[in-house]
Amino acid sequence: MSKITIYINGKPYKVEPGQTIMQAADKLGFHIPRLCYHPKLSIEGACRVCIVEVEGMKNYVASCAFPVSDGMKIRTNTLELRQARRDIVELLLDNHPQDCHVCERNGTCELQRLSYSMGIRNRHFEGQRKDYPADESSEAVIRDPNRCILCGRCVRLCSEIQQIHNLSQAYRGFKTVVMPAYNIPMKDSVCSCCGQCVNVCPTAAFLEKNHTKEVFAALNDPSLVKVVQFAPSVRAAIGEAFGLEPGHNMEGQLVAALRRLGFDYVFDTQSGADLTITEEASEFLERLQGKGKLPMITSCSSAWMKCMEQFHPDLIDNISTCKSPMSMTGAMVKTYFARRLKVSPEKICSVAVMCCTAKKYEAARPELMVDGLRAVDYVVTTREAAWMIKSAGIDFLNIIPEPFDEPLGISSGAGVIFGTTGGVMEAALRSAYELFTGQTLVDIEVQAVRGFEAIKEGKVVMDGQEIRVAVTHGLGNASKLLDMVREDPKRYHFIEIMGCPGGCIGGGGQPYAGVNAIPLDEDALKKRAQVLYDLDRHRTIRRSHENPAVQRLYKEFLQRPLSPISHKYLHTHYKAKEPRGVIPRS
Amino acid sequence: MMEYAITICEGPTCIGRHADRLRAILLEELAKRGLKDHVRINISGCLGMCHKGPFLVVNPGYTIYGGVTESDIPVIVEEHIVKDRPIARLAVQEDHLFNRFYRIFGDVGFFGKQMRITLRNCGIIDPENIDDYLALRGYEALAKVLTEMTPQQVIAEVKQSGLRGRGGAGFPTGLKWELTAKQPGPEKYVICNADEGDPGAFMDRSAIEGDPHTILEGMIIGGYAIGSNHGIVYIRAEYPLAVRRLEIAIQQARQHNLLGKGILGTNFDFDIEIRLGAGAFVCGEETALIQSIEGARGMPRPRPPFPATSGLFGKPTLINNVETWANIPVIILEGAKWFSSIGTETSKGTKVFALAGCVVNTGLVEVPMGTTIRQVVYDIGGGIPGGKRLTAVQTGGPSGGCLPESYLDTPVDYESLAKAGSIMGSGGMIVMDETACMVDVARFFLEFTQSESCGKCTPCREGTKRMLEILERIVQGKGRPGDIERLERLGNMIKKASLCGLGQSAPNPVLSTIRHFRDEYQQHIEQKRCPAGVCKALLTYTITDACVGCGACKKVCPVGAISGTKKEKHVIDQAKCIRCGQCYTTCKFNAISRS
Repeated sequence: MSKITIYINGKPYKVEPGQTIMQAADKLGFHIPRLCYHPKLSIEGACRVCIVEVEGMKNYVASCAFPVSDGMKIRTNTLELRQARRDIVELLLDNHPQDCHVCERNGTCELQRLSYSMGIRNRHFEGQRKDYPADESSEAVIRDPNRCILCGRCVRLCSEIQQIHNLSQAYRGFKTVVMPAYNIPMKDSVCSCCGQCVNVCPTAAFLEKNHTKEVFAALNDPSLVKVVQFAPSVRAAIGEAFGLEPGHNMEGQLVAALRRLGFDYVFDTQSGADLTITEEASEFLERLQGKGKLPMITSCSSAWMKCMEQFHPDLIDNISTCKSPMSMTGAMVKTYFARRLKVSPEKICSVAVMCCTAKKYEAARPELMVDGLRAVDYVVTTREAAWMIKSAGIDFLNIIPEPFDEPLGISSGAGVIFGTTGGVMEAALRSAYELFTGQTLVDIEVQAVRGFEAIKEGKVVMDGQEIRVAVTHGLGNASKLLDMVREDPKRYHFIEIMGCPGGCIGGGGQPYAGVNAIPLDEDALKKRAQVLYDLDRHRTIRRSHENPAVQRLYKEFLQRPLSPISHKYLHTHYKAKEPRGVIPRS
Repeated sequence: MMEYAITICEGPTCIGRHADRLRAILLEELAKRGLKDHVRINISGCLGMCHKGPFLVVNPGYTIYGGVTESDIPVIVEEHIVKDRPIARLAVQEDHLFNRFYRIFGDVGFFGKQMRITLRNCGIIDPENIDDYLALRGYEALAKVLTEMTPQQVIAEVKQSGLRGRGGAGFPTGLKWELTAKQPGPEKYVICNADEGDPGAFMDRSAIEGDPHTILEGMIIGGYAIGSNHGIVYIRAEYPLAVRRLEIAIQQARQHNLLGKGILGTNFDFDIEIRLGAGAFVCGEETALIQSIEGARGMPRPRPPFPATSGLFGKPTLINNVETWANIPVIILEGAKWFSSIGTETSKGTKVFALAGCVVNTGLVEVPMGTTIRQVVYDIGGGIPGGKRLTAVQTGGPSGGCLPESYLDTPVDYESLAKAGSIMGSGGMIVMDETACMVDVARFFLEFTQSESCGKCTPCREGTKRMLEILERIVQGKGRPGDIERLERLGNMIKKASLCGLGQSAPNPVLSTIRHFRDEYQQHIEQKRCPAGVCKALLTYTITDACVGCGACKKVCPVGAISGTKKEKHVIDQAKCIRCGQCYTTCKFNAISRS
């Protein structure tokens, strides 16, 4: 289609038709202020911050929703409009706590930034403010309606991207509040704990449950051995919390900083990931030989696991019995490592730094207890870890990188790429191929399962047998893929599902988007993923089962993959959970 | 058989045209049929409409047959007297659909000045009996449409009629139909918006309860015009009688092959289902209504896309209000030309109002567009009772505006009402006399819209709350300087920035009362005085010298604020007084003043 002419603030511009005023203006360098708008979510038009004047229209129009047309005359910055926008943001502030200085989102809050840029320096309309109790019932995600400005991003994300539909607006008018159905506590809801609501929330209406206080207390307890592990995608993103652009590997800095915080041992969750792959590849080969159901579906994403139990329990037998890398690492810390140290596992405080909020829920699962103890005592998110480092006055950006501790500090390239969508599949195929065929996989990079497409499909031929695999990320995509599986159970042999868009690198515990960035921005996710792929490429060991730390573990403790002792500590079983979730079929 | 009286004009012209001979033939004909004792024959002097003579006037019903010839007499006797079917072909007066109503009720002053088109059958047919509707040319428009007209012709007729949406916004109905018809099919929906939510409004309810088939007929015609097979009536669950009558009507229409497959032997299929609303005011907004039908929370969404292109389940959807649908059969039968002869230049046809408040005759009033508010209030409504003075007329429901006495000659049409600072809305009309406080009225309406805001967009959710808080403090005597300006600033922003019609019109009661009654606001804020004596917190009760010391006020005071010895003047302790007004109503000597 040929271009059309629109006028912004009196000047003509040629633009493509079929886009909104906001889209056109963005490309022309007019950043119209906005709040409820999110490029990955449906158009809400609720906050009214992005209003503009269009000649011939009686009222302002929301630029996020209104399409451009030829000859349209738009004004973005008149005095009347500036006052209206300013008043709208002021109205939001009037029904919001006035305590930025004690808020978790102080400095990362979009409302705070907007309030400044709108020029709100005095107040006109203050009155009653809402007063609801915060819901702190969940292990992972806290809901605080008092900080909610009802932009509806969380509601749309939970429904449209994750298809969990746990959140909705309830009640009317000034009493409107976002909550799970019937206001049941988050812990009793169908919330998957993925934490994406925390990521997209412009304020602090959703937060992870904070465990930094408990971790600081443990760090100050001299009777404990303090062990910490961190996930692959934490190193790929934590720099952003210190002002770096996405795409920096901060592995060594994080190891050093955690030691400065007082941890005695810093382990790599990637080491546990190699263990997971070795077990999971072996499990897959067993299933391929007729022992167990196909397709096998991965189980390392904790949000996906909770979603599966509530939404897809018909597929429980397809779920790999392997615990997640975090839980495997934790289990090894409380058993193998405790024995090596000759300390009682009760005396070990096991902490995990995760890109994930759902890992907090996973760590508390009774099914994953190790000899009556939690494998991981506390999970802190990337954000919480960054805050702890700042709070302890550690100069993170300038610290000299340090290596991990033995014995769970070595990892293969396969363990690294776990952190991005497709990584588990690629890692598992590298090992499964070799364990099955006895030959070396030449083309080790499985491009078909890389990238951010909703559903990726691939094929590998192992000894003449075609293995069909699928990879998806985001729980909404997972539901679509699983419907395909239900329709044709023989379509795939092996499926990887990650609960968050992009996989762990896009986890609900990752740093908040920077000043000019958007939460869930795909470019940022790609840069984080690239960090992991680069790390993999530069590793000499790129297959999990070749990881010497893993080999040593089997030799000294676990015997062999799928051995009884492996089953005891590294595998689990899941059960259907109430309340059951329902996915609306369109 | 009924008793009839037939009057024959025997003025000079009619006699010249052998009226006397007609009388003889008529008598003969009646005798032949044994009807002599049942029909009285009168003669009259010249009727005066000589060019159409000779005349026969049949009563009851005042049917005037003009230019009657000898051969017409047996027909008139057979059809009108025996079968009770007046013959339109011979009637001088064109036999409009709504004439039946006036034959029965025309001499009641309240009705005489109305023009009942959409309500033409209400009160005269049994709404639960389709035969009653059929007898009054019911479904004749549908038959005409299906057998004689193409969908394009139907749309052209509706367009030409000038009909505009009666839900309040006044969008040209024909244009809406055309836009929906242009969308690719085959799946399209027709919706009747019967989610009447304005407090005090009962236009749609009465229309459905009194004549449900008209609505169905309109919808089926709409379905044919735009190429849809699926109609939905979205109606409040709080209207159980209307729902039941609709259900009965749908059943009867199905039995008569007026709904379902192959309607009236054509290849057009159409059926209608009922969806109940759960009592949210905002669901009267079309996009919220659609969300509600889809099973989601009833919240409006930005337009475009309009329902015509992407409506229910993302399909093209034609959504019209009850009253709009009720106009359709009339337009088809009487013609667009006739319809557009009623009303003003830009607003055609009639409008139904729910007339309420301080007015002698309250109820449903249907008048041609362009009738003035004064005519509605005084000529039909009978004026203000109790010799009181009219202060304001509020039109358009809770989101409408209050117009002062000086605006009584405003014609009721979309543009004039908007210009005056109010809206047509769905047709509420509340008359207020001098006992109404305009600030309190504004507060009352805003309280309603605030609590019915869906909570989605910021201006409506947060802004109306702040406006309400300001109004609440003003009526409590805590108004601050600048409050009027704050209300205007917020109100104007909310009007222009809100997502849907609810928010865009919610400030109307406040802004219009400020515009027309600013002085009342000022008195409340600056002098802490409520001129109408409504705002309790601003009242002061004092005992005047007229007090005889009877002690009645002292007895009735619930808080013991009145003291005094018998037969001496009593005193009210202002600190204790809770301004309940009991002393004021109890005193027989007019000795208590309220200011």
